[in-house]
Amino acid sequence: MAATPRIIVVGGGLAGLSAVIKIAEAGGKVDLFSIVPVKRSHSVCAQGGINAAKNLKGEGDDVLKHFDDTIYGGDFLANQTPVKQMTAQGPAIIDLLDRMGVPFNRTPEGLLDFRRFGGTLYHRTAFAGATTGQQLLYALDEQVRRFEAEGKVTKYEGWEFLSAVLDSKGVCRGISAMDLRSMELRTFPADAIIVCTGGNGAIFGKSTNSVVCTGSAQSALYQQGAYYANGEFIQVHPTAIPGEDKLRLMSESARGEGGRVWVPKDKNDKRNPKSIPEGDRWYFLEEWYPKYGNLVPRDVATRAIFKVVYEHGMGIDGQPMVYLDLTHIDRETLNRKLEGILEIYEKFVGDDPRDTPMKIFPGMHYTMGGLWVDFNQQTNIPGVFAAGEADYSIHGANRLGANSLLSCIYGGFVAGPEAMKYAKSLPAPEGDGGHVAELKRQQEFNKLLLNNPGTENPFKIWRELGETMTKHATIIRYNAGLDEADAKIVELLERYRNVNLSDKSQWANTSFAFTRQLWNMLQLGRVIVQGARLRDESRGAHYKPDFPDRNDEKFLKTTKASFKDEAPAFELEEVDIQYIKPRPRRYDATA
Amino acid sequence: MAQSTIKVEIKRQSSPGAAAVTEKFEIPYRPGMNITSLLGEIALNPVDVAGKATTPVTYDSNCLEEICGSCAMLINGKARMACSALVDKLEQPITLAPLSKFPVVRDLAVDRSVLFENLKKVKAWVPIDGTYDLGPGPKQAPQIQEQRYPLSNCISCTICMEVCPQFNDATGFVGAATIAQTKLFNMDPSGSVLKEERLRALAGDGGIQECGFAQNCVQACPKQLPLTEAISDMGRDVFVQQVKDLFAR
Repeated sequence: MAATPRIIVVGGGLAGLSAVIKIAEAGGKVDLFSIVPVKRSHSVCAQGGINAAKNLKGEGDDVLKHFDDTIYGGDFLANQTPVKQMTAQGPAIIDLLDRMGVPFNRTPEGLLDFRRFGGTLYHRTAFAGATTGQQLLYALDEQVRRFEAEGKVTKYEGWEFLSAVLDSKGVCRGISAMDLRSMELRTFPADAIIVCTGGNGAIFGKSTNSVVCTGSAQSALYQQGAYYANGEFIQVHPTAIPGEDKLRLMSESARGEGGRVWVPKDKNDKRNPKSIPEGDRWYFLEEWYPKYGNLVPRDVATRAIFKVVYEHGMGIDGQPMVYLDLTHIDRETLNRKLEGILEIYEKFVGDDPRDTPMKIFPGMHYTMGGLWVDFNQQTNIPGVFAAGEADYSIHGANRLGANSLLSCIYGGFVAGPEAMKYAKSLPAPEGDGGHVAELKRQQEFNKLLLNNPGTENPFKIWRELGETMTKHATIIRYNAGLDEADAKIVELLERYRNVNLSDKSQWANTSFAFTRQLWNMLQLGRVIVQGARLRDESRGAHYKPDFPDRNDEKFLKTTKASFKDEAPAFELEEVDIQYIKPRPRRYDATA
Repeated sequence: MAQSTIKVEIKRQSSPGAAAVTEKFEIPYRPGMNITSLLGEIALNPVDVAGKATTPVTYDSNCLEEICGSCAMLINGKARMACSALVDKLEQPITLAPLSKFPVVRDLAVDRSVLFENLKKVKAWVPIDGTYDLGPGPKQAPQIQEQRYPLSNCISCTICMEVCPQFNDATGFVGAATIAQTKLFNMDPSGSVLKEERLRALAGDGGIQECGFAQNCVQACPKQLPLTEAISDMGRDVFVQQVKDLFAR
């Protein structure tokens, strides 16, 4: 219809910015919505690197090996077509980032340096120190700033997406959003929207995610009719720093550069870790997984740590933690390759990890599940596209380290042009395209919240949600516990109806915005626990001791949740396995 | 000695035009708390020290690991990131106030968009031809990367601007962060194509000449950027550019 398609991108992390760049470059008009200034998006927290089979180390790596590692690492749950495309585009994406000025670490010859990461035997991970996500986000942010200066992109920073505007035929015609300063509600017209709103760690209370990673946008769309796929697949990162307010990530690159995980062989050993001799240390990952050692995929390492701590009772002096040891590596190398993460440990724990082994424990990190999309990144709502962690498409049952940055950029690079193509053939809406009705729906929700006379504190409800999700829906899952968690969330949804905002003002009211997100977190929490309840098998990050094996016959399927009668309803969809035949996933084999 | 509560005094302001007031709180102590978790405790139970109900405190935060640059504020009078400010290391009562050189939005949240506007002025980007596959970028010696990378660690927290005596309405000084980014992009083999434009943007009023070498920036920067070195390098380059431009007329 329109000569110049108008696209809204929601979320200014790597996926969103990638989509924006492609649209602006193709002559489209973009409105970019973000809760925070885009340069502060959660992609900034990614540390270790970005994968692409550039084969610059003479190892004979190639994109098909990257493809195979990703599918195998994801326990065959990912549709193979998009993964094949992503891994094929990996080298070109790295080249582009290099051209944008990302300060990737270099070899003496001046080429890109690559490090090892989990779930592969190749040096396939390009990196900028241990702050790769930050450097990539900045590079894309700078390109978008350039387009903004040229008038091709309009940023709406400090606006929160609330819902899609759908016309009488269920076609997306824009979004509704709230200004987080004036608390004004507005709808914005668009021919297509691309949702790149990242992860949902906040549903678990404490995670490695940023504050904005609530999954609220994805949940709102699910409640409007979008499928949410594979929600039960939650990655618990093996090495996080336990903290009072959050779990801070300790990058896999620490092990990629030679870091070793161990516990004292004597569970009562109270010695300083540096003074514990080699013979008194148990390097359990190296013992159990001799081929991959400390670089087994995250789900495998996480379960191993959990087993050592809770089944063998072998933490550090009775505490549920294990050592991640870098002290055998020289300081100069550590500073050149890992400084960013070592500083985080130093600042928040107080010990220098160059001198003393770090104390770590697994923490909720990433959602493999997300909005269902087709191979063009479009959801089942016409005109709503999704990319990055917010969609489910690439990582199957477990994501390999350093594949997330690649999947964000790949997803954005597909979604941007596809949204343009879609928008160009979109017929004009009937009437106002649903804008008035959607605005009214949102205004009523706000009015309800602001006038509620109840007594429930939203932050207390959130804390209880996080506790039940972490207890029942992370590393180890039992059906009885999952039922308990679902019943708890139903109770919390009930209590939410009595929520009382201690701040009812209409200016920069952050607790009001949070309370709106909380509703969506609760709804999405049910998708996660019920999806896990239904999947009676173990696959990738989803592990049930009562069903310890993978069951391809019944569950080599994508879980698709839809919102029916105020609750999730589930169906299963075949997985695209046309290129690589599923085989048992064993990292302990030495062959 | 184990403390049972933490005393906090917070300078609050309900809107840009409203008068500032100080509210006092006593928060239950837990080991390992930082300023952001302390503010989270207030949200959970927004009651001041006298038992009077109040509202959760508005502040910017996101990553909570000192990489997103959101949560800069004045803590015991010092500009720093709230997430990495550990309660155990702070004298009490802990005072919290918004950064003083930026317009207050509400409570501890301020508007720092001026930095992003400044980055536009110096064209802090590499003007690539396009995002299609054009093969690898130019080779780059590790020594160049090792100089660029620390500059690229700037988290846009604006603390360098807050602590700078020259950063005020009278001078219109761009501040250290923007100057450091100028150096970063001038050092990039492809980014250097805009070098002259960037240097001209830093010349004149509000430009690099406003720096008074107080060196507060480099001391306060939470990411230890070599800011004074960048300022002195760019100062020299701006001067050379001005001389060149003078003779080219």
